[in-house]
Amino acid sequence: MLLETEKLTRIYGGVVAINDVDFHASEGLITGLIGPNGAGKTTLFNNMTGLDVPTRGKVFFEGNDITGKSAHEISRMGIARTFQNIRLFKEMSVIENVMIGRHFKVGNKDKGRFRQALKSYFFMSREERWIYDSAMEYLEFLELGKFANDDAKSLPYGHQRELEIARALATEPKLLFLDEPAAGMNPQETEHLMETIRRIRDKGISIVLIEHDMKLVMNICDEITVLSFGQKIAEGTPEEIQNNETVIEAYLGREEED
Amino acid sequence: MSFFLLILIYTGIYALMAIGQNLITGYGGMLSLCQAGFYGIGAYATAILTVTFGWNFWATLPVAIGLSALFGLLIGLPTLRLNGDYLAIATLGFGEIVRNVLNNWVSLTNGPMGIQRIPMVEIFGFQINPYRKVAFAILVWVFVVALYFIFKRFAKCRLGRALMAISEDEIAAGSMGINVTIYKVVAFMLGASSAGLAGSFFAVYSLSVTPGSFQFMTSVLVLCMVVLGGMGNFKACILGAFIIQFISYLPQLLGVTNLVPAQAKQVFFGLILVVMMVWRPQGILGREKFTYVKKSAKGIQEG
Ligand SMILES: Nc1ncnc2c1ncn2[C@@H]1O[C@H](COP(=O)(O)OP(=O)(O)O)[C@@H](O)[C@H]1O
Ligand SMILES: [Mg+2]
Repeated sequence: MLLETEKLTRIYGGVVAINDVDFHASEGLITGLIGPNGAGKTTLFNNMTGLDVPTRGKVFFEGNDITGKSAHEISRMGIARTFQNIRLFKEMSVIENVMIGRHFKVGNKDKGRFRQALKSYFFMSREERWIYDSAMEYLEFLELGKFANDDAKSLPYGHQRELEIARALATEPKLLFLDEPAAGMNPQETEHLMETIRRIRDKGISIVLIEHDMKLVMNICDEITVLSFGQKIAEGTPEEIQNNETVIEAYLGREEED
Repeated sequence: MSFFLLILIYTGIYALMAIGQNLITGYGGMLSLCQAGFYGIGAYATAILTVTFGWNFWATLPVAIGLSALFGLLIGLPTLRLNGDYLAIATLGFGEIVRNVLNNWVSLTNGPMGIQRIPMVEIFGFQINPYRKVAFAILVWVFVVALYFIFKRFAKCRLGRALMAISEDEIAAGSMGINVTIYKVVAFMLGASSAGLAGSFFAVYSLSVTPGSFQFMTSVLVLCMVVLGGMGNFKACILGAFIIQFISYLPQLLGVTNLVPAQAKQVFFGLILVVMMVWRPQGILGREKFTYVKKSAKGIQEG
């Protein structure tokens, strides 16, 4: 198993945001993570990517215990993510955002980070060219090449979400977490995004996807996990989930409350 | 003429501090208010080592730089996880502690009386005393230009870009594999060391140091220079240093010192800050945009 959690729990004050969740993502697949608003999906992401420390439970990535590791360590191990509330480096240009994704990819890791930093300083132009060129490839992959020198904040909303994906891919992850990547996109943009997500999967990158658009989820996910009130209530293939009584109830029950 | 040289020399000394502040605040987004503390550490390192221990000025430079960087590390590690106002208060406290130690550790610093008769700088047997203002101005500005290029290169390469990403969004930067703490601490140490260097030059220019030269107001002035010129722009903060120094000496220049109370300057600088914040928050020159290679040269790969 590529990624696994074991009874992962996060309590904020009195709120149990996620409760004993056993989640897993398999290599080469697109795993959907769905559930009503406030179900704990983002919290689960944060606790697997080092942005938050679980109250209880464990996270394993490629068999290694990564519980409590910091975000940069987890990123370097091969997990990248995007954010539900877009977190681009707004004052930086589009290409600079992706160049940041290349930050850790320069040179030879065995040499030690300090020596690498000195090398970055003294041999800047060669390295910058490599960073720029490789960043450009990720930008082109998302078809954002023509915006390279624009400010990130000037991009239309949909493109900002795509830029976040380009930036995450630039870290060369084995596993990519996408938190509501289609939020705020129109149907054509969503369609295009689905295509992009498939292309990412075809590159051999495993994906975990939080999404509310059921058509999108059912269409492209290989496996789906359902959260409700912080608990895992179901997991299985899209067909299994669509016919699962508990899931239907959770969604309908929540709608009646609204 | 010699008056303009005086302004030029002090602009140079303050520009060294402002360049460091720009790395800390303009690029790192850390609101630090203790350049005066590091300035004092550098000045006293040079003063004590030359006067008490008979060192050569040039030998004291690396000590002043290293010592201020070390103090930058010591106060940076616990405080840099604080944000905004809290960091400002913590660094303000540090600056005041330095001044108090200089005041009270009499056996080492001679207390409020300070240290006098600091030997003049010599280079290849040529004495650069404060009366040879042209020579001294050149000396200081050689260091300003060198520091400008050193720091600007840092800002432009991968390391500075990481620092800037941190200042925009620490969480996103961390998720990109950037070790946020290390970058902040290193930027803080580099910024501190530039103020230490400035302190050494201050010591050999004024030939005496007293704790009164390292007031909180000095830190504020340095921050003013960066904000006025433009955060994230090294040229701009040198410009800011010049403007602030020029205004500081304007009453003397016009021969109206007795008409202008000393506090008027501070009120005026406060006013400048407010006006800038309202009308041009990016500063006179604004942030510097780096352009990157546009055309790809195929086959260049870094090993
Ligand atoms: N930092 C936090 N502090 C307090 N409560 C939080 C925090 N983050 C999330 N929560 C709570 O945890 C629950 C799950 O939130 P979240 O993970 O954002 O849900 P989802 O992403 O599924 O919509 C919500 O009740 C939310 O209010
Ligand atoms: Mg969410």
